[in-house]
Amino acid sequence: MEFLVASGVGVMTAAGTYLLLRGRTFPVIIGLALLSYAINVFLFATGRLVIDQPPIISESATGYTDPLPQALVLTAIVISFGMTAVIVVLALRAYLESGTDAVDIDEPADAETATATDPAKDHARTPRGVA
Amino acid sequence: MSHWIIVPIVLPAMMAPFIVLALRHDLLLQRVFSLAAAAALLAVAIGLVASASGGTPEVYKLGNWPAPFGIVLVLDRLSALMVLLTAILAVVVVVYTISSNWDKRGRHFHALFQFQLMGVNGAFLTGDVFNLFVFFEVLLIASYGLMLHGGGAERVRAGVQYVVVNLAGSTLFLVAVGTIYAVTGTLNMADLAVKVPLVPEGDQALLRVGGLLLLVVFAVKAALVPIHFWLPGTYANAPAPVAALFAIMTKVGAYSIIRVFTLAFGGNAGEDAWLAADWLLPAALVTLIVGNVGVLGARGMTRLICFALVGSMGTLLTGVALFTPAATAAALFYLIHSTFAAAALFLINDQIVERRGSAGDRLATAPRFADAGLLAGLFFLGAIGIAGMPPLTGFLGKLMVMDAARDSESMATIWTVMLVTSLITIVGFARAGSVVFWKSTAIPGAADAQRRLPGLPIAAASVMVAGMVALAVFAGPVTGYLEATSAALYDPAAYISTVLGPERLAQQ
Repeated sequence: MEFLVASGVGVMTAAGTYLLLRGRTFPVIIGLALLSYAINVFLFATGRLVIDQPPIISESATGYTDPLPQALVLTAIVISFGMTAVIVVLALRAYLESGTDAVDIDEPADAETATATDPAKDHARTPRGVA
Repeated sequence: MSHWIIVPIVLPAMMAPFIVLALRHDLLLQRVFSLAAAAALLAVAIGLVASASGGTPEVYKLGNWPAPFGIVLVLDRLSALMVLLTAILAVVVVVYTISSNWDKRGRHFHALFQFQLMGVNGAFLTGDVFNLFVFFEVLLIASYGLMLHGGGAERVRAGVQYVVVNLAGSTLFLVAVGTIYAVTGTLNMADLAVKVPLVPEGDQALLRVGGLLLLVVFAVKAALVPIHFWLPGTYANAPAPVAALFAIMTKVGAYSIIRVFTLAFGGNAGEDAWLAADWLLPAALVTLIVGNVGVLGARGMTRLICFALVGSMGTLLTGVALFTPAATAAALFYLIHSTFAAAALFLINDQIVERRGSAGDRLATAPRFADAGLLAGLFFLGAIGIAGMPPLTGFLGKLMVMDAARDSESMATIWTVMLVTSLITIVGFARAGSVVFWKSTAIPGAADAQRRLPGLPIAAASVMVAGMVALAVFAGPVTGYLEATSAALYDPAAYISTVLGPERLAQQ
């Protein structure tokens, strides 16, 4: 089980980090979501992995599972859910206002030179349907 | 147990929903309540500083659960000072926003502003690492809204970048918190101070990873190189009063570094003593260089100030990274100064940009604008402050940091970097000032935005400059307070026994 959880966290973190480094907002948001899933599982495991134990010290049980990480995960889930909602709305607005979903910001002056020197690059940034 | 400790968190927390729910159609009432709340916060903060200056930390147990099982707020000299600094800045920024009508350019400015204050104050007062994360998120989510206030394509795109960087930072924060919890079984800062030295040999590596990840997270907030890149883009695109308020946000990062790395990973931490020092000092010096070279290279006034702010974080964290009582006192003095100076410059710059019309904030000559003499004078004072020239506090602060570095092994490096970068900043600001104010006088005609603008925003901005002057005049008493603050940071026994009770400290 340790191997399964650890590799799950690892794979999600790797995929999340890769997507986070992409140049468009949609993969970046998916990347952030994957990272936050990875972190939630990771936080859950910080109380050690235990099966079939109550989250409280009880005479009828042989041991207990640490309840605190579960509370932390709950908080983290709520916060990351809210943050994801914020960034989805924000990304949508940025796309609608500027007509492109590229993450990096060009200064107005830079944008002009970029168009002049490298029209192909500029074309690649323009999403389908807007150009 | 004094209930006043929680007021700086509860007051904005109640005021913000009240403004959204009851007053959302009436801007005048919003302004009245927002200003009243900021003024009340200032009064409470003064009271808290008076109460904390006695020297004994005070603890507020939420729900009266004993630490480390419940969440605690802790008031000591350092947190009281930071809350006071926030309150002063808040009053000035609210006055500026109201008088310059920035709050008309979008909706819900005042509600978001109160939420931001709640997060900042909470981060300063909490005694629990996970709670620190929660308050970080509160202040961040409010800052996202504030940063986008007024809208516009450039601002929204800069906002996306800012949000992504901070969400990634929050993720790292959780990894750090999880790792530290897995090793020590606690997240209460005072309890960490007791448990960190007891961590067995085998878990030391994991604990260090957790501690250093925490340093990375705080460094993102404090805009330390190599994770400073979000700051110039964000602050330059944020509305000016928001950028001025954000001057305290970088200090939240600096505060967290000081708090966690003197308490939990400080002198008593055994093998992990001064965990942050080796990494922080080089990073801070590089930050100084990058920030101040950025001042020289900036093409716009706002970006120039942003890079000066990054540079001042470098000076501040150099002081922190030395981890000696004298250096920390110097860093705290510089922290107060840097907040005033950066806020003053952002506000003055906004007034200049408003008056220059189509020239905006470009570093280019443009026809003479209204009130040019007064604004040039204020900008000059702000520039002197942030560059560290006498007689203002920037000079005193830098002098104190350099004096504290005299016994350090890397004294030669620190002095060279600080002195050379100060020169670079002076050159950068002198160039900007001469282009915008002097050379522009030679151009005939008047700026196309040559109209009467109210004087109150300029007055609000001058209050920040006056703050620097007052800090320089009262440097003696302030330094006394700061030396007591940093002495307590390096002898955390009183803090720990207040939070956990005297018995737990004895076990250590």
